[in-house]
Amino acid sequence: MRTVKHALLIARKDLAVELRTKESLNAAGAFAIVILVLFSFAFDPGPEEVREIGGGLLWLVFLFAGALVFNRSFARELPNDCLDTLLASPLSAGSLLVGKAFANFVMLLAIDLVSLVVFGIFFNVNWTRHVWELGVVFALGTWGISILGAVFGALTVDLRLRELMLPVIIYPLLIPLLIAAIELTKLLLSNGPPSPSDFLWAKMLIVFDVVFTALALALADTILVN
Amino acid sequence: MNRAIELAGVWKFYGDYAALRDVSLQVAEGSCCALLGRNGAGKTTLLRILAGLSSFERGRIQIFGAAPGQGHAGFLGHGIGVYEDLSARENLRFFARLADVAEPERIAKEWLERVGLATASDMLVRQFSRGMRQRLALARTFLHAPKVLLLDEPFTSLDDRAIAMLSELLIESRNRGATIVLSTHQLREALAIASHVALIENGRLRHSGVRTQEMLDDPGLLYRLHS
Repeated sequence: MRTVKHALLIARKDLAVELRTKESLNAAGAFAIVILVLFSFAFDPGPEEVREIGGGLLWLVFLFAGALVFNRSFARELPNDCLDTLLASPLSAGSLLVGKAFANFVMLLAIDLVSLVVFGIFFNVNWTRHVWELGVVFALGTWGISILGAVFGALTVDLRLRELMLPVIIYPLLIPLLIAAIELTKLLLSNGPPSPSDFLWAKMLIVFDVVFTALALALADTILVN
Repeated sequence: MNRAIELAGVWKFYGDYAALRDVSLQVAEGSCCALLGRNGAGKTTLLRILAGLSSFERGRIQIFGAAPGQGHAGFLGHGIGVYEDLSARENLRFFARLADVAEPERIAKEWLERVGLATASDMLVRQFSRGMRQRLALARTFLHAPKVLLLDEPFTSLDDRAIAMLSELLIESRNRGATIVLSTHQLREALAIASHVALIENGRLRHSGVRTQEMLDDPGLLYRLHS
């Protein structure tokens, strides 16, 4: 209970700082919109092509925009040695990681939503028929990206090339999650009937989230101390 | 007197370099230990280990019977440890909640008044002067009345007002039974408050004992005796 309370405190603090500075949201949101708009003009895909590539395009946009959010997540704690202050406080390292991941999750979900609206307009896709299912897939996929982003954001926070290192490390690890999320999004955007393998993708998303959240909690002390 | 902090045979390495060498030290509950030593002696390393910010390779450390980093301590390191994009009130309220202080809003307000920042409580820290930041950092460190205070060169770069405030807070904390370990180069201020003194040189503990009147009269005495 205390872990959850502290994690929510960290998330609330990060979101308050972000809403005030808009450092990550402006950059990531603008990036996501520009990529979607440029892609629609550059390739001008037809309805069939949009159904095929829409899921992949959306998740790659979320992923690249996410890197901008995650890079700021722990870097925000560096001025004035705030990270040391947090780690010396009664806050557990697990709460800190989960709190950071939750703040990243909320920010990235906001970017997901904006991207989805822009995608619908520029690619002429009606995504509202499966809005709840899409919401679940986006939430599961975004949590997986966020928890991994928080873990590796913590590990790379002291590196000089962290903006480069973070995506290089997390993108390969996110491949299973991406495949599952892309397949499910593709299905929902094409309005096709679900097949048994689609439930497998959903299970894969859930397993990915559970495994990496458990790993983050178990390894939090090792990651954050020294 | 109960032992609040106990180190036994602690070694810390940075690569091949031994920053702490077989350090054994006991700090009694309610005492104030001034950790003295030249730059690079190992004071900051020791304090960071006690705060749970750094691991150690060999030895044993207990703070009130638990491993370091269990949240017993109020820690003031080289940075002020507050957020530039939050107001003074938001910062103190946040840290009070993290420390599970009852009525965080009231405590934050009281500390803002105490450190003379009541009128600037809703200003962002980035708009603060250096002195205001230092006073806010003191409020942040002391607001949850920690059982253990770990202070790394707390007097460094403080203005006169903040030095007076810190001395007052340290005496008050000592009187309520808090255990204090502070590293410092400001010998006069530290020895005036300390009940015990420990001297570290090249990662080794050279001296540990009660602060004497001779040390107060001649703050450089320990350095001369052990050089």
